[in-house]
Order: sequence, then C-alpha cells, then structure tokens
Amino acid sequence: MKHDKSLYWRSLDELASTDEFRAFVEDEFPNRTPDWNDPASRRRFLRLMGASIALAGASACTKQPKELIVPYVRQPEEMIPGKPLFYATAMSVAGIATGVLVESHLGRPTKIEGNPEHPASLGATDAAIQASVLTLYDPDRSQTVTRNGYISGWGTFIAALTGARDAAKPKKGAGVRILTGTVTSPTLATQIQDFLTEFPEARWHQYEPCGRHSARAGAILAFAKPMNTIYRFDRADVIVSLDSDFLSSTTPGSLRYARDYSARRRAAAETPDRTPPRLYVAENTPSVTGSMADHRFRMTAGGVAEFASSIRGDTGATSPEARAVLKDLQAHRGAGIVIAGEYQPPSVHAVVHAINQTLGNAGKTVVYTGPIEANPVDQIASLAELVKDMRDGAVETLLILGGNPVYDAPADLNFLDALKKVKLRAHLGLYSNETAAWCHFHIPEAHYLESWSDARAYDGTVGIVQPLIMPLYGGKTPHEVMNVLNDAADQSAHDTVQGYWQAQHRGTDFDDFWQITLHDGVMAGTALPEKAPPSAKMPEQLANGAGLEIVFRPDPSVGDGALSNNAWLQEMPKPQNKMTWDNAVWISPKSAEHYGVTTGDVVEIELGGRKVGGPVWIMPGQADESLTVHFGYGRTRAGKVADGIGFDAYAVRTANTLWQGTGASIARKARDYKFATTQHTQTMEERDPFRAATYAEFHKTPDFARPEEKRVPNDLTLFPQWEYKQHKWGMSIDLNSCVGCHACTIACQSENNIPVVGKEEVAKGRHMNWLRVDRYFKGPLEDPELYFQPVPCMHCENALCELVCPVAATVHSAEGLNEMVYNRCVGTRYCSNNCPYKVRRFNFFLYADWDTQSLFGVRNPDVSVRSRGVMEKCSYCVQRINSAKIEAEKQDRPVKDGDIVTACQQACPAEAIVFGDLNDPNSRVAKLKRQQRDYSLLEELNTRPRTTYLARLRNPNPDLEKG
Amino acid sequence: MPTETKVSGQLGSLYGIMAEFDDPESLLDAARRARSEGYRDMDAYSPMPVEGLAEAIGFRSNWVQRLVFTGGLLGAIGGFMLCWWITVIAYPHNVAGRPLNSWPAYVPITFELMVLIACITAVVGMLALNGLPQPYHPVFNVEEFTRASRDKFFLCIEATDPKFSPETTREFLEHLNPREVMEVAP
Amino acid sequence: MKPEDQESTSVATLDPGPDKVIGPGHDYGTVTDEIGGVVFRPFLKTPPQMFIGFACAFLLVNLLMIAVTWLFVRGVGVWGIAIPVAWGFAIVNFVWWIGIGHAGTLISAILLLLKQDWRTSINRFSEAMTLFAVACAGMFPILHLGRPWLAYWLLPYPNTMWLWPQPRSPLIWDVFAVSTYATVSFIFWFTGLIPDFATMRDKAGNPVAQKIFGMLAMGWRNSARHWARYQKAYLLLAGLSTPLVVSVHSVVSFDFAVAILPGWHTTIFPPYFVAGAIYSGFAMVLTLAIPVRRWYHLEDLITMRHIECMSKVMLGTGLIVAYGYAMEAFMAWYSGGQYERYAFVNRMWAGGYWWTYWILILCNIVIPQLLWSRRVRMSVPAVFVIALVVNVGMWLERFVIVVTSLTRDFVPSSWGMYYPTVWDWSTYLGTIGVFLALMFLFIRGLPAISIFEMREVVHEGEATHAHGD
Repeated sequence: MKHDKSLYWRSLDELASTDEFRAFVEDEFPNRTPDWNDPASRRRFLRLMGASIALAGASACTKQPKELIVPYVRQPEEMIPGKPLFYATAMSVAGIATGVLVESHLGRPTKIEGNPEHPASLGATDAAIQASVLTLYDPDRSQTVTRNGYISGWGTFIAALTGARDAAKPKKGAGVRILTGTVTSPTLATQIQDFLTEFPEARWHQYEPCGRHSARAGAILAFAKPMNTIYRFDRADVIVSLDSDFLSSTTPGSLRYARDYSARRRAAAETPDRTPPRLYVAENTPSVTGSMADHRFRMTAGGVAEFASSIRGDTGATSPEARAVLKDLQAHRGAGIVIAGEYQPPSVHAVVHAINQTLGNAGKTVVYTGPIEANPVDQIASLAELVKDMRDGAVETLLILGGNPVYDAPADLNFLDALKKVKLRAHLGLYSNETAAWCHFHIPEAHYLESWSDARAYDGTVGIVQPLIMPLYGGKTPHEVMNVLNDAADQSAHDTVQGYWQAQHRGTDFDDFWQITLHDGVMAGTALPEKAPPSAKMPEQLANGAGLEIVFRPDPSVGDGALSNNAWLQEMPKPQNKMTWDNAVWISPKSAEHYGVTTGDVVEIELGGRKVGGPVWIMPGQADESLTVHFGYGRTRAGKVADGIGFDAYAVRTANTLWQGTGASIARKARDYKFATTQHTQTMEERDPFRAATYAEFHKTPDFARPEEKRVPNDLTLFPQWEYKQHKWGMSIDLNSCVGCHACTIACQSENNIPVVGKEEVAKGRHMNWLRVDRYFKGPLEDPELYFQPVPCMHCENALCELVCPVAATVHSAEGLNEMVYNRCVGTRYCSNNCPYKVRRFNFFLYADWDTQSLFGVRNPDVSVRSRGVMEKCSYCVQRINSAKIEAEKQDRPVKDGDIVTACQQACPAEAIVFGDLNDPNSRVAKLKRQQRDYSLLEELNTRPRTTYLARLRNPNPDLEKG
Repeated sequence: MPTETKVSGQLGSLYGIMAEFDDPESLLDAARRARSEGYRDMDAYSPMPVEGLAEAIGFRSNWVQRLVFTGGLLGAIGGFMLCWWITVIAYPHNVAGRPLNSWPAYVPITFELMVLIACITAVVGMLALNGLPQPYHPVFNVEEFTRASRDKFFLCIEATDPKFSPETTREFLEHLNPREVMEVAP
Repeated sequence: MKPEDQESTSVATLDPGPDKVIGPGHDYGTVTDEIGGVVFRPFLKTPPQMFIGFACAFLLVNLLMIAVTWLFVRGVGVWGIAIPVAWGFAIVNFVWWIGIGHAGTLISAILLLLKQDWRTSINRFSEAMTLFAVACAGMFPILHLGRPWLAYWLLPYPNTMWLWPQPRSPLIWDVFAVSTYATVSFIFWFTGLIPDFATMRDKAGNPVAQKIFGMLAMGWRNSARHWARYQKAYLLLAGLSTPLVVSVHSVVSFDFAVAILPGWHTTIFPPYFVAGAIYSGFAMVLTLAIPVRRWYHLEDLITMRHIECMSKVMLGTGLIVAYGYAMEAFMAWYSGGQYERYAFVNRMWAGGYWWTYWILILCNIVIPQLLWSRRVRMSVPAVFVIALVVNVGMWLERFVIVVTSLTRDFVPSSWGMYYPTVWDWSTYLGTIGVFLALMFLFIRGLPAISIFEMREVVHEGEATHAHGD
C-alpha cells in the first residue's frame, strides 16, 4: 500500500474497511497495551493510524491558515516548490517561551531552528525544541472532541460549557474552576482575568509539575515579593552553581546562558589575555553543567543547603572547599555568580540572593526583574486548594487547559479521587492522556505550530506564536476555549491575540508594529525592566534531613512527561549514561555496594509509605546515600511510543517532597533488567580521544593536544595527495565549549530524516544517529570528570571506508566530502568495519517508516529516505552546502564564510561546532584549525580527517588543586 | 589429425585391423614394431596412459602448451586493462585519496584472470585437438573394444595407410602374438 | 563378461597396511570393477548409512531454505550483527568453507606435481569436496549483503548508468578469486572424470546410464594421441592450480589484512591463511573418507598409508598455523602499537570472547600434537576424532579473527559485543547440510576414485614387482 502512490487512496479505503481497522477504532478509547519494542505491532499500529488520519482528511496538511501570517524572509505568494520558507514563532516549555524559526516546505513545517533575534535563543535550540516538530505529526495526538470517550463535536462542548457557565452565573461563578500550567501569555491571562471579573466566585488554579516553585518561593522568602532573576554569565569570572543545571534545558534561559558562558570560555582559550571563568558546581547527580565545572563538589541534594550556608560569608566557611570558593568569590566582587538550582528548596534560593547581594553581584551579574508569570502564585498550594474544594464537592465545573494532573500531581493529594467528584470535567490537551481519560470532555489542543498565541521568554520578552499550518486534527487553543467561557465562542485565537495587542498598542501604526513583530518573532522592548530588589532577608541555618535521599528530576530527554510520546527524544541517549527508552534509579557505586544492588537490578524504592519499582543504574559521580529518579515515564495513556516504558516517579512524590525526600528505603525485587544504551565502555581505556589540560599546563606546553609522537607530517604518503582546488569543507568541534546537551543529535535527526529503531534495536547496537555524543569518565569511579565529545563523520581525506567499498558507493567529492551513494550501496558493511571512528550507520531492517502517512510530513524533502540494507552517515548536510552554493551562484558571488550552517552547528547553544571552507584562510573554521589546541581523532592512522577537535581547558582553583 | 577426421574406407568395407594385447608392454612393443615396419596411420588404445606409446606410434605435438601460454597472457593483460580502464577512463573517482591508477591493487585480479583463461584454454584446447566430442567412431564397432577402458590394450592399423593391405597387415599383426586380431568395420 | 555381476570383483578387500597404496591381488580389471561397482550397485543395495546420512543432510538443507527465506523477507537484521560487529557468522563461514576447499586442489595439483603416489585414490574425492565446499562458501558473500538481490553489481558489466565496480576493494578481488577458483576446480574435476566416464559408458548395462555416461565421455576412446594431449593439459592444469590455490586464500585473507582494524591488519595473514586452509581441508577429507571407505569396503584402495600421510600433512600445516598464531601475537607486542597490542589483550583475556581463543588453541595446536605418535596416526578412530577437532578449531579461528577483532577497535565509545541468533546458526548448519547432501550424491552417482589412475598404480605396482623378481 505504501509504495505505490497511485494505489494510495484506494488501499487506504481497503485498509479502513478491514476488521482490524474497525477493531482499532473501537479500541480507541479504552487503555491500549502497546508494545513499542515489537516493531511489527508498532508498524501495524502506525499503518492503521496513518489510514485513520488520511481518512480524517490528511489533505488539510498543506492548507495555509486563512489569516495573514508573515514569513521571516519572503512573502507567502513567493512560495516556490522546493524552496523552504522560514517563519518566526515561539515554543513554550512550562509556560516560558523560546523564539524559533520554522522551516516550511509548501506549508509543511519540517525543521525548527533558533531565532537569532530572540534573546532566549540567539539562534540556538535544545533537543526538546528540535523534536517538537515530530509531535506535531504524531499520529497518537488526539484527533477529535470526545465526550465520555465517544466521538463528539466542538459545538456539543460549547453548548455544555456555556450551559455550565449560565448555571453558575447566579452564583457569581462559584464552582467554576480553571486549571492551567504556568501562564506567561498576556492574552490568555487577560482572558482568564476578564472571566474572573465577570464571575468573581470562580477560581483560577495553576499547577506545573516541574515549574519554578522553589525560585518563586525563594524570591518571596528573600524579598517578600516574587521576583525574576536573570544571570549575566558573559560578565561572570567566578560562578558557583548550587545544584543548578543552568546549561541544560531544565533552566529557563539555558540556551542564552550556555551561549554566554561558552563564549567566555572560548575567548579565554583563544586569546591569552582574557581570563577564563571558573565554575564550581555542587550537586548530587552528574549534570551537563557539572561536566563543565572546574571543580565539582559531590554532595547530596540536601547537603547543598548546608554548603550554601557555609559560603554565605558571615558565618565562617567550614570545609576547605567552601573556604576556597568563598575566597574566590570575594576576590571577584561584582563579577561572580552564585546560582541556586531550580529544584533546591526556597531557603537555598533566599540564601543565594543574600550572598549575591553581599558580594555586590546583584545588579551586575545577577539582574532582577518583575515576575514573568502573569499570576505568580504558590502552585502547590493552588492545586491543593483545588483538590480540597473538589473533595468537598465545591467544584461543579473544572476546565483543565493543558497539563496532565492525574499523572503528575503530587501523590499525596490524590488528585484523581477528588476529580471524580466534579460534575463537569473538560480537558484540553495534545493527547487524550491519563487526565483526559477521567474527563467528560476532551478537546484536542492545537500544537504550537498550529496556534495563535503569545508568551514571555525568561527575561519577559514577548514572542507572538503564529501557526505554520492549519490544525491537523481541528485542535483548539486555550484562547478559543476561554472565548467560550467569555461568551465569544466565535472569536478566533488570531483575533483574540491581535485584539489584545491592539488594545495595548499606543499609536496609530499598529499594522506595521504587528507585521514587524510577526516578522521578527520578538516584540521589541517587552523585556521586563530591571528592578533593584530590597535587601534580602537571610533565613536561619538551613536544616537537612537524614537517611537515604531520593531526588526527583525531570528526565534529561523527555522532561516532565509532556514530551514522552516523542520517539526522537525517547531514543536520544541521556547525556550522563547514554541510556535510551528508560528511566532508572541512579545510585552511586559506593551506595550500590552498601545496599547490595547493581546495574540491572529491579528495586522497589519506598518514600513515606509510597512505593515504586524501577531498575537500578550505577552512576559514577553520583553522591552517596542519594538516589536520583526521573519523571516522564510509566505513562499509561501517552501513546504508542511511551505507554508502559519506564516507571512513574510521580508515584512517590508528595507536595512536601517535591524535589527531594529523605528517609527512603530500597529493596531488590528482581535482576537482569535489560537497558538499551548507545555506549557500553565508560572510560577512555588508556587512550586519548578526548584531550584536556589546565590553563597552566596549556601555557607550559601549548601543543599538549598534538604531541610529537602522534603527529603525521603532511608529506608522509606513498602517493600524491589529491588537491581540492575550489572548496575544501571542514569542521571544527570545540570540546572546550561543548556542554553535551545533545541538541545537535536531534537537530541532525530532524534535518536528515534519521529513523527511530526502538529499544530492542538500540540494545543490539543499531541506533542510527549520525552524530553521536561520546561520554567518557576520567578519574576515580566515585567522583570522575565527565567529558562529552560529539562525533560526526570525520570526512577523512584518506577515507578507509571508500577504499574497501566494492561498488564505489562511497567516494570523495571534488570538495572533499566523503559522500554516501545510497542507491548504489549493496550493504557489504565493509566500510563500517574499516571506519576507525565507527560513525557509519546501517539499515539492518527497513527502519524508515513507509507506512504512517502523517509522519511523511515531518521529513525533509531535500534528503532521501534510506531503505533497508544500505549504509548511511553524516553528509556534512550536503543539501545545505548545495543550496548555499546555488544561492551564491544566483547572486553571482563566491560562497561566503557563514553561508553554510550545518544542522548541528545551527542548533548548538555553545557554538562549539563550526563548519566552513578550509581553502579560505580567513574562514572561522580555518582560523580555529590553526589554533594549538586543534587535534584530529586518531591522527596517527593518517586518515587526515576534515573534522578536528579543539582540546578542553580547565581553570582549576590553585588552592583546591594543592589540597 | 587427419586420421580421426578422414572418413575411412577407400576400400569401403574396412576402417582398419586391430590387435588386442594383455599388457602395456606388449602393446608398446607391437607399436614400435609396426612403425619400424613402415606403418604410419595407426593408433594405440590403452585403459590408462602408457609411457612412450604416443612416441612409438610416431605422435608428437606441443600445441596444448602454446595455446595455454597465449590464453594466460591474454587473461593477464585483459585483467589489468579492465581495472585500469575502469578506474582511469570509465569511472574515475577520488577513492580514499588514492591515485586513479592504483596499479598495485590490480595485481590480484590480473593474476586470477590469467589463471582462469589459461585453464579454460587448456581443457577446451585439449578437447578440440582431440576432436572431441565425437559421437561416432569405427573402433567402437569392435565388440571386444569395450575392454580398452578396462583391462585390455589395442593396436589398430588403419586402412588409410599406404602400406595397408588386409592380408599382409593381418599377418604382420598376428606375428606380434596378440590375444586376437579383428577387423574394424568403418 | 557381464559388467554388473559382483563375482568380477573377486578380490578380498583387506587393508594392506601403512606402506601400500593398494591392496594385494589387484589388476586392471578388479580396480575398475570395485570402483565402478559402487556406482552400479542396485539402488536398494546402497549401504543404510548412506540413506540415513543423506536424510539428515537433506533436513539441514530445508533448514537453510527456511533461514534464507526469513533472511530475505526481513533483512540481515535477523542475524546478530550490529555496529561495530558488522560481519558475523556469514563471513566466518565463508572463510571456513573456502579453506576446506583448498585440500582438494592441493591434493590433485600439488601432490601430482610432487609425484606423490598416495594422492591417487583420494584426489577425485577431495576435488568433489572442494567443489561443494566452494559452493557453500559462495553463498555467504551474497546472503550477507544488505541488498542481496543486487549482488551482481559487484561484477564489471556494461550498464545504462555506466557504473563500475571499485577494483581497489578486496571484495572485488574476492569476486574474481572465488569465481576463478570455482571454475578451475570444476574444470579440473571434470577433466579427471572424462576417461572414467568412458569406462562407465563401456561397463554400463542399462542403456540410460550408458547414454548419460556416453555423453559425458564425449566419445573418449583411450587413444594414445588423446592420452598424450590429455596428460599435457592435466599437468598444465595442475601447474596453474598450484599458484591459484595459494592465491585464493591469500586474497581472502586480504579482506582482513587490507583493512586497518587491529587484529586484521597483519602481513602474516596470507601464508598462515593458506596453511590453515590446507589444514582444515585435510581434516575434512579425513572426516569424510574414513566413514566412506568403511561403508563401501574400500579399505584396500584408501589404505592406512593414505590416512597416515594425510595425518602427517595435518600435523605439518598445523605447526605452520601455530607459528602464525605465535608471530601474530609477537608482532603485536613487538610493534609497540597501542591498538595492535590491545587487540591481542582483548583476544586473549580482556574481551568478552577470550574463551573462544583458548578453545581454538586447544583444538588447532594442542590436540593435533598427538599425531606425532605413530600409534595415534595408525588408529583410524583417533585420526577421525582429531580431524573433527581440527574442523571445529579452524572455524573458531575465523570467529576469533572476524568477530573478536571487531568487538573492540580504536574508539572505546563504539565498542560492543556480538551475539549470534538462531538464524545465524541455522544458516551455518544449513550449508553443512548442502555440503553433505552433495557429497552423498556424488559418492553414489560417480566414480569416487579415479579409475584410470588406479590402473596406473596397478601398472607401476606390477612394474616394481617384475623388477623385484
């Protein structure tokens, strides 16, 4: 059915009329028991899904929204087949926005890129943003309004909700409740406020499972009012992170922070006179931020509080580490940053505010503004209140706008029991998830690429969310749902959002203003103004619980669970342990020995009487007596991808152990759980693929990265080398900047149509990512250094893979690209055997999904979809190289440095990856390769790679190095 | 090989006269005697190769080795040229940074093709020179001749021989005390 | 005389012992009848072992059919291969079978040139073995392709796209080497058969057999002229096959030696692959000859002398192989190359497959040393068991080279293990089935011993006898 286009419609009908399809449709509502691991059943499911979508009118895929949306570079009427258009919009995670540009092929969004104009992005993206385009086409998304699980209609819902509203009118809206996540959208907030002013007795509750509860409470604790903190890493010489993972996407503004921080590191490494920043990290679980630390202090999450108070200055620092850190901070008054982790208790945040003030960092490196949330409340209290009222029967109508409280609310609230008492329950969401299952109404939510909306970034900057495509499944935005409550059901989201800003806009040039805002994706001058905070109250000595500690964190790849059904993210290796398709109980080697468990044991962890079972993973660098578990797994109604994998950590999380709890216990229940990791060897085995030195060593021996015995002189060859006259493409990867966030991996997957293979295949060692990020531990097992090294194809000039290919399916281009000719490949796999870097990937089965119609949408039309039995690998984004060359030719000019940006380079928040022409001595990449830190992987093999690395530099504190 | 190919029987009724022996030695001896007697058109048949028998009936030829040598030479040249032509003329590509004409890599193919062609010529040539396959030959008319492939040895003087006459030749053969002497119908 | 009547084979079949290549009392006729008799036996008089053996072999053939079907339906992913171990059983078996093939050509060609009289009664047999082994080997390079239906792309043929193969790749060398080897082995075998076809034609009673053998004999009539050219051609074939047989396994070893992988990238591979090939080949000849000679009572034609000579060759080549292992390890250490050294550390104890290495040493080096003792060489069961052990050992050698080297190469992050699946095993066993089935058919249907050459042996025997008087 899937190969012959001409058969397409007919075969769909055939398929749709089969019994299994009907069975499937009937089976739609009750819980399915999926088996992603079984490719067969997965394919069958997806095929059926494909059919149902196509029948539901997949033709809508290429419709443009009827309202005018403004392209980033060209007007839509210029739309030329094969020419992508770029539109600016914004994606919100936990309510906080990041500006993006979306590549659209004939009205079909295919690739997300950062918006250079947007302060939170500056052109960078993280893995979650890259992967969000897959969610748009996810066949598991809910596709119709349902009532009691049966297909219903938007009209029915309007009627029901309006009914409830009118019924509540005499009671001033008593009994009507709205539950949202964190809201930064000015429009949505106003809509809700309008409703609340008309219905004063109604209530608006907010709950974000992994929101900024601590930061909010911490600010209130310190300043008696909510304040938003922004860090200026570009100005910081000394950074002390108290369990703050500010380089990973769990922290709002992380992309910007990573950009600023790595810029400082790069500057110092490139120009001797610039001082490198020094980063101290105190944390219990190795994080990407910890991997960048010059000094990493391993301690329990509870211990961090103690450490915080020991560097508060007034009370003398206790430990030598604390003393050294304090000394360093005091030596850099006004140029230091102390940053508290999102998941540290409020008291720690308060202490940190005080420390930054006493050190004079406040206002210089640490900037305060008003809150970016429209309505900053204690969300836990807010949710608890809602639950209480529901239990008391005081809630008649509950409108859940997004979110999934049944799955992720604190376990002790028993949200579900309370929810069942509500008369009318409506849920708006992308998926018919655990919460939707218990609601009378479920309304499919519009994906942000289908929505009109607005949202604030980490610094308050407003970005307008404009749709790239009509809602595939007639999804609705929260604005439209609120319009129903506000008795304006016929008003579109577009009119609502535009109307709001028209009202805000002073002056007559609104149309220009609106055009420009849409065009740039940023509303000029909406960043919140700086505010000098009142002097912070220092809370008392911070206490710390005793006993085994459990630390709760959003999953490094799928976050709080909202992204669980995204196969790209599921298969993205978690940076720290390269594990895919699972979450685990992370434990330190010492504790593992103490509790007699080992990797692969299935244990039951118990906290405050609540139990959950999951497999153990021994994590080097994890603090002793401290377990880390991640949210986002153990889903039951997430969709075919995520259902039934991993365990649900929310099950033991309570309102007062939001992020960590002590007094836990752990008991083994079973053994030999099979993980699927992409890297089995943890260390470098006395080898040096990753090279690092301290600044001192670097200045003593500048060529440490390329010692004499490893060098291969250029003239060492039996045969004349080829000359690359016109272009000579090359790449430089700066290990000094790379934070190991894996955004490049997913960007590559999105750009190059890389298939997902599933857990079983990953376990066999058949993952397909063209750009892998190697992770190495160096040093003692308990407290090693953590290194990340992105490894794409090296495009060797003496490419060993080419030599052994019997059919010349991989050959060199005139510009030195190691090109893979899929159509010619017969699949001997000899090239992979002979590749010393093992960067080649093979289609052992038909991995590309040829069945699911909806997933065709996400594919990049400029990259061919590989079939079974062929080899594939990084192409340096040859499609981008060629389009840039064509563009230059049209404009009759040579290709300029920077014209060509590979997908990985574009996504990288740390600007660690640079691509360009080595024949141009002034190109950025050529300059980088002239640096002394430049070295090639396995240079001694004389493969002459075009991809080379810049060695990592550490800037340790002399006091601590001696100690 | 005129003897095999020429249709026998100017005398119409006879291909030749054949004598049967028990062991290679007597056959060898008989062949020598026949030759010194002046007979030329004759052939000897034995269940296995007998040293010197061919010479005894005055046969020598080294066409086989000449053919094989030429075959081998052509194979070798062909093999090398094939590789060279592919990589330099027909499908030139930068493969692993190696020069287009990476001749050391062509040696194995050159060698293999040499052996292949040489071997084929050896066998095909041998069969051709022997005039095989040949569906019919008069000697098989002799019932006893089946033992030529088992344990008996035969000498056949053919009618095409100028010195041949049914009587004298028969007498001559009987002098060599064979087991038996018989006529071979054409 | 009536050809089929068994009385004509009137010689008692008893083993003349280690210094004779043929039993007493044989003349041209008796050898002819004894060997031909195997073929002309009435169908039901075939030894029951043959029926049982063939039945088992045929079951395995069907297993292969299933395995290959599944392979083509799903893809090579049904095997245990992955990245980094992208070559698994398929290549191991390919090298193993090719190696086994080598004994045949060696016995027929090299021993012919060396004028070893004992080669005569086993050369036909081992040539057939060569053919069938090469047939099995030839399957794997095609089966293991990601897209097997495109295997013909490895051949240089003019096509509309004007694409050509890449003759720098050892795999293309393989294509030429293996196909040449298969062709030449067949030619050699068939040429040897022509005079015997003639014998069978003349012996055959039933007209159908007579027709068939008649056509195969192509009118051969044992003429002195024919014999002269025939011997010349045969000698030339032998002369050409000798370098060929050496070259083929050298080329196969290039598949590894040319690659840069530590454990593959070794200059000693060609000689020690060839030695290993002959080693395993002789082991296989013994494995097959010993039962067959028993079942068909050929003890007087395949005598203890043959068995002892083959044991000695096995011992000799075994020692060369041992030297190869030693040199490999020594050079790895002596080179001082970090990766080279680690490849052997990995092979011997660090890696997940260290134990295969030691079993291989046991099978290929330790146990065959028993053959130093004449008593062991003279004991048929002992030799048979050692031959089996060597077969296993040589398969393990290829496993260690191919798989273990791949599990850990340069960059530690990409190291991984290889676990064969049921489909790997079925394919392997399946080809063993194909091999045995063909062998059984050959033994039953064609003269498994070269008749005319046995007559020569008889002749020489008589000559020496006469001389002795």
